[in-house]
Amino acid sequence: MSDEAAIPRFRRGVKFRRDAVRDAWVLLAPEKLYLPDETAVEILKLVDGERCVGAIADDLAARFDAPRDLILTDVGATLDDLAAKGAVQF
Amino acid sequence: MGLILELTHRCPLQCAYCSNPLTLDAPKSELGADEWKRVLDEAAALGVLQVHFSGGEPVARRDLVELVAHASGRGLYTNIITSGVLLTEAAMASLLAAGIDHIQLSFQDAEVAEADRLGGYRGGHAKKLEAAKRIREAGLPLTANFVVHRQNVDRVEAMIALGEALGADRIEIAHVQYYGWGLLNRSALLPMPDQLEHCTAAVQAARTRLKGVLTIDYVVPDYYAARPKACMGGWGKLFINVSPSGKALPCHAAETLQGFTFPSVRDQALADIWATSDAFTRFRGDSWMPDPCKSCDRREIDWGGCRCQALAIAGDAASVDPACALSPDHDLMRQAIDQARDASPALTPRRLAGV
Repeated sequence: MSDEAAIPRFRRGVKFRRDAVRDAWVLLAPEKLYLPDETAVEILKLVDGERCVGAIADDLAARFDAPRDLILTDVGATLDDLAAKGAVQF
Repeated sequence: MGLILELTHRCPLQCAYCSNPLTLDAPKSELGADEWKRVLDEAAALGVLQVHFSGGEPVARRDLVELVAHASGRGLYTNIITSGVLLTEAAMASLLAAGIDHIQLSFQDAEVAEADRLGGYRGGHAKKLEAAKRIREAGLPLTANFVVHRQNVDRVEAMIALGEALGADRIEIAHVQYYGWGLLNRSALLPMPDQLEHCTAAVQAARTRLKGVLTIDYVVPDYYAARPKACMGGWGKLFINVSPSGKALPCHAAETLQGFTFPSVRDQALADIWATSDAFTRFRGDSWMPDPCKSCDRREIDWGGCRCQALAIAGDAASVDPACALSPDHDLMRQAIDQARDASPALTPRRLAGV
């Protein structure tokens, strides 16, 4: 799993944006399209190339009623999965 | 949802496995820029998120830049699927200014003489290498696509190494799909079992080695499958393909299917075509499925496989995809491999004038 200090960012050519037709967030990548679930959307909104994995977990822990450890696991798993798919890199 | 626009069937290359139909659309029948723009507008309103400008060779259209700019202005993610031989420095700069998001560049081989032979275009491979460099220098993500078959698959490691050296973000190792020109040349192109095994192992090893650096998409040949592929992600489920002359198709090979009238985007709105046309609804979902598909646990995984293959091999578009081991016609796939084993490697090149 990615380190807490690792800084995720979208790979070149990847766009995370709101789609008006679906009224939902979409992740657009070269010849791939992902419709992230609510948890992933909250995580991806914080991917800015500056925040590290730990800082993303801190932010979410302050806003959502869940233990930081659990959130950190979710953040790591979500971002690792998208890294394997080529949408995110550390 | 994705929209594939085959802007033209014109192409400087003559690949014998081209995915275009055997009867190609004449240049004079192609939609004009305003018609393509209307299709893009309708697609965006319908919920299409990505548009793939394809062909033929899409860069052969003088208005490609204008169309990319229009799509980009509608918020569509724009992709060009190109041979790269016309992607000059000036073309690259204009496409970048128009807001292109990604380019997929095709290669015929990693070895120059073979690549030029298979593409039927002398000097083509060198132009592709230049195009790849331009794409990466422009800061765009690059997908290097290699179509593999009996005559080049033994060099798969060199292909992956080339993609890596060019700075690709994605590599596609795609076995030929046997429709149209590929089907015509099947006996000369089908890989042998040991070749497929070698290729699959090489891709697996490269994926492990290149984890986090680039991703490799691997498309396997149906002829060795036990279960069919989810062709186009399911009929009328994820993609609309528009031919150069404006026919809306559920997949690029669908024109081989008899008994269909494919609606034209010239006459009918895309939303209408998508929702109500016989062409898009006949094999959508699972209610059309024959036995054993309709009771199969995988029916919403593979959506019954490929209708064009069912027609081409089993003779009936509504039958079980013969790629499936449960198809009564599955043995025809093995027979095709047996027939290919000692067949001549001579290829019929793709030509606008036809076979």
